Amino acid sequence: MILTTFYILSAIAIVCALMVVLSKNPVHSVLYLVTCFFAFSGHYILMNAQFLAVVNIIVYAGAIMVLFLFVVMMLNLNKQNQLDKSNVARLASVIGAGALLLIIVASVKSAELDILGVTQLGELGTVQAIGKELFSTYLLPFEISSVLLFSAIVGAILLGKKEI
Amino acid sequence: MLSTYLIVKIVIILVLFLVTLGMAAYSTYGERKVAAFLQDRLGPNRAGPFGLLQPLADGVKMFMKEEIIPNTSDKAIFILGPSIFMVTALLTSAVIPWGPDIHIDGQAYPLQVADINIALLYLFGIVSLGVYGIMLGGWASNNKYSLLGAVRASSQMISYELAMGLSIVGILMYTGSLSLRDIVAQQQGFHWNVFYQPVGFVIFLICAFAEANRAPFDLAECETELIGGFHTEYSSMKLGLFLFAEYIHMFVSSAVIACLFFGGYDFPFIDKLGLSPNVFAVVGVVILFAKIIFFIFFFMWVRWTIPRFRYDQLMKLGWQILIPLGLANIFITGGWLTLKNYLNW
Repeated sequence: MILTTFYILSAIAIVCALMVVLSKNPVHSVLYLVTCFFAFSGHYILMNAQFLAVVNIIVYAGAIMVLFLFVVMMLNLNKQNQLDKSNVARLASVIGAGALLLIIVASVKSAELDILGVTQLGELGTVQAIGKELFSTYLLPFEISSVLLFSAIVGAILLGKKEI
Repeated sequence: MLSTYLIVKIVIILVLFLVTLGMAAYSTYGERKVAAFLQDRLGPNRAGPFGLLQPLADGVKMFMKEEIIPNTSDKAIFILGPSIFMVTALLTSAVIPWGPDIHIDGQAYPLQVADINIALLYLFGIVSLGVYGIMLGGWASNNKYSLLGAVRASSQMISYELAMGLSIVGILMYTGSLSLRDIVAQQQGFHWNVFYQPVGFVIFLICAFAEANRAPFDLAECETELIGGFHTEYSSMKLGLFLFAEYIHMFVSSAVIACLFFGGYDFPFIDKLGLSPNVFAVVGVVILFAKIIFFIFFFMWVRWTIPRFRYDQLMKLGWQILIPLGLANIFITGGWLTLKNYLNW
């Protein structure tokens, strides 16, 4: 049952991820990406990480992707007004994507497949467990990332507003 | 045992679905009657006694009308828009506890589709997805008024989601649970959250209006500026779905308000009556629905009383008043809880 669900979700995630890259229309790409995030949330639920699953939907599917969609709709990208890409840009994107592929392959190679361990996580993914971990074991990284986000907010306001 | 459990769940889901649609349909009738009452008119009174069959006539009308899909539109997304809007409106009712447990053969069955311990977060997740329906519908229409309506709706919903989230943190802090069932259970015996969190309640109520795109925050479909807003190009039942989903939103928002702030199915002294569990459950459901109907009426009452906001006023209210107020509410609740712990009350 869990394995079947896993395969279905994985198939959805992979197909949607491919469609994000392959589809011509940027709005369709955004929608495929949203579907992809839903598949990820399904995976989180399979691993009993309900909090992560819901936060993934709220933050990524519900907020960030809405802003993506917003920008794509406003720019109204289509074939006619797409910029011609120079050879340097093409070379740079090939190198960048290749480096990313290298990292992914390296991390997948060293990862161990442990399906049993996944189902034995139990209460680890609940709100209480994550809250306790965040405010005890990982307090410093948590606080530092909040400061980082805060500085990003201040920076965005500084850039967005001409007179303060 | 599992099969009985499944059957009960399926029955609850089906009943809930039908009740939601029924409530939404009769909310349209109620809206017109309330509007008529407030404006000293009669309202619908031709179809059936007191016009009670009016929703049925409206439904038939919507289905029979000609279906027009603009040929400059993105067809798939044009159809997807109202579908997503309707589905997200219906999904939210899954985590609401509709009444106390019912007992069959000595076995307790909760009147709830899913009791998950992240119910509130689930609710916010679904609400945040609702905006896709409007945005996609508005964009796919390929009409400037639709696009303007969609843009307004999405920025409004994103802004008010924040304040909505902040408004309930106070409740979470002293309930210590994200499960709606636990939150309702803790309010039994007239310990309603509205007495402990009045500021949170006001913020939540205002945000619920904005999230449901109801007047005074219905700028997304502001007729005087945008013709019909995001659904200008829609016709027939697709328009019907957009309009209908708004009433479902209203119904579910009322249910959530009743559960979060008004004790759900609780009523003062109901536990003193000595009712048998099943009768108690039925009375509980009736009480919850009375509260829901009151809030639906409240939604209508406000719509026909208060004029529409201007867009800059809407944004100012959301970002400069509601969010700081919500943050202050969290700080005060936290301080109060610390003091309570410190003094061992």
